[in-house]
Parts: sequence; structure tokens; C-alpha cells
Amino acid sequence: MENMIALTIDDHILQVPKGTTILEAAKSIGIEIPTLCHYKLEGQGIENKPGSCRVCVVEVEGYKNLVPSCYTQVSEGMVVHTHTMRVIMARRTVVDLLLSDHPADCLVCPQAGKCELQKLAIDLGLREITYTGEMSTYKKDISPAIIRDMNKCIMCRRCETVCNEMQTVGVLSGINRGFEAVVGTAFEKKLVDTPCVMCGQCVQACPVGALSEVDNTRDVMKALNNPKKTVIVQTAPAVRVALGEEFGMEPGSRVTGKMVTALRKLGFDYVFDTDFAADLTIMEEGTEMLDRISRYMQGDKSVRLPIMTSCCPGWVNFFETYYPDMLDVPSTAKSPMMMFGAIAKTYWAEKLGINREDLVVVSIMPCVAKKYECQRDEFKVNGNSDVDYSLTTRELADMIKYLGIKFDTLADSNFDRPLGESTGAAVIFGATGGVIEAATRTAYELYTKKNLGKVEFKELRGLTGVREATVDFDGTPIHIGIAHGLGNARKLLDKVRSGEEVFHAIEIMACPGGCVGGAGQPYHHGDFTKVEKRLNALYEEDASMPVRKSHENPYIKQLYEEFLGEPCGHKAHELLHTHYFDKSDKNYGL
Amino acid sequence: MCKFELNDTHKQTIIDVCEANGNSAANIIHVLHGVQGKLGYLPAEVQEFVAMQLHMPVAKVYGIVSFYSFFTMTPKGKYPIDVCLGTACHVRGSDKILDEFKRQLGIGEGQTTADGRFSLNTLRCVGACGLAPVVTVGEKVYGRLTTSQVAGIIAEYANA
Repeated sequence: MENMIALTIDDHILQVPKGTTILEAAKSIGIEIPTLCHYKLEGQGIENKPGSCRVCVVEVEGYKNLVPSCYTQVSEGMVVHTHTMRVIMARRTVVDLLLSDHPADCLVCPQAGKCELQKLAIDLGLREITYTGEMSTYKKDISPAIIRDMNKCIMCRRCETVCNEMQTVGVLSGINRGFEAVVGTAFEKKLVDTPCVMCGQCVQACPVGALSEVDNTRDVMKALNNPKKTVIVQTAPAVRVALGEEFGMEPGSRVTGKMVTALRKLGFDYVFDTDFAADLTIMEEGTEMLDRISRYMQGDKSVRLPIMTSCCPGWVNFFETYYPDMLDVPSTAKSPMMMFGAIAKTYWAEKLGINREDLVVVSIMPCVAKKYECQRDEFKVNGNSDVDYSLTTRELADMIKYLGIKFDTLADSNFDRPLGESTGAAVIFGATGGVIEAATRTAYELYTKKNLGKVEFKELRGLTGVREATVDFDGTPIHIGIAHGLGNARKLLDKVRSGEEVFHAIEIMACPGGCVGGAGQPYHHGDFTKVEKRLNALYEEDASMPVRKSHENPYIKQLYEEFLGEPCGHKAHELLHTHYFDKSDKNYGL
Repeated sequence: MCKFELNDTHKQTIIDVCEANGNSAANIIHVLHGVQGKLGYLPAEVQEFVAMQLHMPVAKVYGIVSFYSFFTMTPKGKYPIDVCLGTACHVRGSDKILDEFKRQLGIGEGQTTADGRFSLNTLRCVGACGLAPVVTVGEKVYGRLTTSQVAGIIAEYANA
């Protein structure tokens, strides 16, 4: 075949398609070449390969210099050596030089143990830092969700690529020159003064401790240690299919039962499930969706379509910043996390006779932006937020490790009732397409008054960045759009804004793959197959559930009967709906 | 220094320069060059407006402005002094010339005197290595300088 290239890597003869890099060719036969700046999300069209870190250099026979394997394409007859003494010495020098301007505070670094630079230093056997000289000194920048500690930046620019190319948020850029060069914001402003949407994908991408989430484990441990407080926890769907990775389990392992046991061991008084609130979200959002679509079909010109999902805090920040002309388009339904908080601190607290001030609601989220969301003023009552602290999946894993809990040997246990009961529709909230599929299951039955035979809507699933599907509501075609990753969201929204395409409903999630690929999930270090496995695990979890439609959750029915009244009714509006703000004053250019 | 206020004339200038460059983000360097030529410098407000015109992130615009030493975010003086630190000038002692300008003007590199008359910057080679060490004031070139000539140059413009 003329488009195939034959070459030799470490004595293995192989053929790969033209255009393949040495790195990819080596990987295809199981040879791992270390990388640092290289970051690729397979299938998502995102690749950062500036070829600048030089960690992936290899020796090619006939070439005078070592070449970066991430950047160099294979050629016919090429003979590559990936681990010669010359190569190893060069990699050691490269890492040594990187460390010469890197604070050696690994003992207390948030990335300790997960740091790619630390791993390289270990793998290459560095025992001292040979080069000494000037060190970078930058002020730490702390936003409600993200910490930037640029003294640790190694200028790999992965964050810049995801911020600009994947998320099209454009907050980060390489700035200054020479020794002063660093990844920064426009005019070196603080993140809070930029249009940062706090999606946190820069944190997920950062190989070192330069970008990390705000650590709330100490706050939560303090609350757990306070006997006066009732501390309850809710867990997002995507956490249960990723947490196991932090304990050496296979990506996509479903650890729901172990997670519940671990949370009890940590001392949470009640272990509840955000999935319960996801079912509640479907009741509210589904009702709103049906109302808008029905009125639209009846010719009501005041109705704005499509209705858009509003569960994702990164996405909410995104439209508030970049699409202020469309603030009335997304559903007003709060996210499941905030709905949970609102119900826990009213209905549930009243039932148990607990004062709002003595109740601490913690959420475990696959997300970094949730830390910001629970601090939004509109979710506070006299300064007390409906959700006190939001921890990432990684932070939960850390806490489990602090307490010496052997996670993989834990027995399964069940969530507490009533706020822990949920359906299969709720668990797929963590996957791109899942929220709209869950809404479709309920909206279909409410609209057609017919029983849905098959609950799966396969046409809404998948990992393509922008997807469209038409679902037949018993003769009424409902046109649905789905996007994950904010760059994809922008493509879809621009079509809506220009009127090029008309959708009835749109689901958007800020992170690639949806919450399973969230910024608070275990670091995947650019291995997107992990995200795909988590996603598949959520659909397996859904299939294993006895009830798979939100409106059939008996505890949701009870909640409406005892407390809320009607979906989208007066009380529901007060507690479960929100409003949005124009934040476009921070946006220049995009 | 007082904050730069972007008025309609400034905006029109930027719009014109962007249009002349096809309103294309790919031409950002040409645009910034043109705008700085017209406005003298590139304060944050100008960069933000350029970003909006070209539909590109302002962080990227700032990335370029902060990278190239030609671009400046502080207004240059009426008489911009540039001291060449290229190889030839360097070996013939241009650093001493620079120090002398700093001392006499009481400003550092990249700064402007309080009266707005002089600004002091360095550059790498003006293509007149035969005249090293070289200093330019505006368009005028001074060659084969010694530190004792610095006062004379400043005096030339002090009342101009």
C-alpha cells in the first residue's frame, strides 16, 4: 500500500499510515515514549504538540540531532531508537533544566503523586538538580474554583490549547518573552476579572501543580469533626464510574456501593444522591420543555426555542458571558446539585427538625465549576448557601486515603432514603446526551400520554462533538441538538443565533464527554479512552436500574405530594428555579 | 499616569487599520503595528478594542504585545530615545551610553519622563553597525557616541 510507511523502532519492524508521528507509531506496538507537553484527546480533535519540552526525544539513524517524537512524522526505512543511553541522558538534562526553575515543594504540592514532571524525575532517576539560577516568582491567583500557581508552570501550554481551541474561552495565552515567558491572562489580570467560565479543563490538562482546584477537604473534615453539625452528602452520577481509578481500579468500574460505604465511614450522617435531584430536575425541566414546545406548536410567538439544559455550571457561565442575548433561552431549572441543596435545607431539614445553620450539605462532583456555582449569591439564604462545599472526585478519593480506608475491599451499601432514591434516567446525567435522553423519556410519556416501550434513545448517544437527532413524539417530530465541550457548544449556538437551524431542545455540557470527562475527575492525562469507559459504565448502570424514568421515582412523587405541589408550580419555582446574569462586560473579542 | 480613555476618534482609527488588514486575526501583528504607529502606544483599552474588531481573545493580543519589544503599553515621549544593544554596539560600550541616559533623564528603560518629553528604550541593531555605538532619537541617528556626548543630545531637544 502506497500510503503505508515501513520503519523500524527498537528492532521492531512495522508499517504505519503516512503522516503518523514516531510517538504514535511506537505506541501502536506498545513502546511508551515519555512525553510532557504533548496532550491529545483522541476523537475530540484536540492536540497540543508544540514540541517544546523535548522530553520525547528519540534517536533516528542518520540524523545528527535527536528529534522530538511527538512532532516528527515517520518516513520510509526510518530506524528509530527510543531508549538509548544518549536519549536517556538528553531526557535527564531536559528534566533537570525544567526542575532548575521549579519550586521543589513536592511534599505539599496539590499534584504530588499525580504530577507528570515528578514521575519523569523518578523514572529518569534524578537525584539532584544540577542547574541553579534565577527562579520565577509569580503571585498565586485564586478564583472561587481554580488556583493558578505559575511558579510551577513549565510552559507546556496544554492549558492554553484547551482554553482556546477546545473551549473557545480564550482566557489563557503565552505572554511575555524569554525567562519572563509564562501562560497568563490578558494584562495579567486575576482569573475572576477575566471571562473564565471555571470549567477547569485547564486543571485537568495541567501536568504539574501550576493549575489545581480550590481544596475544600479541610472545610469538610472540620464540619465532620464538629458534633453540633449534621453533615450530609450528595454524589453526582459521574463520580461513581470514575472514583475507582484513584484506587487502581479499571476505568469504568462501577463503584456506587463502595462509594456509599466509604462516605459513611468518613462520618457523613446521611449519604444521599444527586441522582434524586436529577430526577427532580427532569420533572421541572421536562415540564418547562413540554410547556414551551406545546405553546410554540400552538403558534405562541412569544415562546423562545430551543429550550436548553442548565445543569452545567461551566455552560451557564459560558452563556452568561458570551451569549447575553440568549439569557431567556436556557431552562430556568437549577442544576441537580443546587436543587438537592434547596430541598435538603427546606423539606428534609424541616422533616427532621434540623436548623438550617446546623446542617452542612456537601456535594461530590466530577466538576471544578461546581465550587463556584454553590457560592453564587442567588443560592444563599442569609449568607448560608444551599450547598456548603463542593468536592471533586479527586478530593473525595484523597479524603478516603487520609482515613486509611481500603476502598477496593469495601462492601457495597445503599444510599439513604428518601433523597438517595433515583432512576436510570438520573444516572445518565453524567454523560453527554444523557440529560436530554432522560428528559425525552419523561417528556415523551407526558406529551403522548403513552407508555414508552423502549427507554433507550441510542440516537442521542455517542461522543461526536455536535450531534443532532429527531425524536418522534407519536407523530410530532422533536428536533434535538447536543454538544459537549464549549467550542462545540459555540458551533451549535451560532447556528441557533443566526436562525440557520431550528431546534426544540438542546443539551450542552462544558466538558468533553460530559461530566464523565469533567475537570474534577481523576486525571486521565490525555487518555480519552478512560472517559469513554466511564461513559459506557453510566449506561450500564442505567440498564441495571429497576426504574428508568424520572417521573416514576416514587420518592419524587411523594415530594410533590407532600411539599412542592405541581412541577413548575409556585413552590417549585421558588425553590427549584433560578435566573441568569449578563456577564458579557468581561468579554472582549469572542 | 492618567488612564487612557478610548474616544470615538481612537476607535475609528483602529477600525480603519483593521479594515485595511482585512479584519483578519491572522494579520494581528500588522494591525498592532499600524495602530501603534497612529496612537503611539497600545494601552489595554486599545488592545481590547482591537480584539473585539478581529474577534480574537484579548489574551492572545496581549500575548503578542508583551512578546515583541517593539510594541509598548506606555506612551513614548515626544522624543523617543532608542539605544542600540546589538552585538557591534554592545562591544563598543552601548551599555554605558544607556546608563548615562538613565542617569541624566532619571528614568529607567521603557519609561517616559514626567514631562512627556523623552522616553528611553533599547533595540537590537538599526543596521548601522559601522557607526557603533548607535542611538536614535526619533528618526535621527547618532553614531560613534561616547558618554560625554549624552548631555549634548538631551540639550538639543530640551527646548525643542
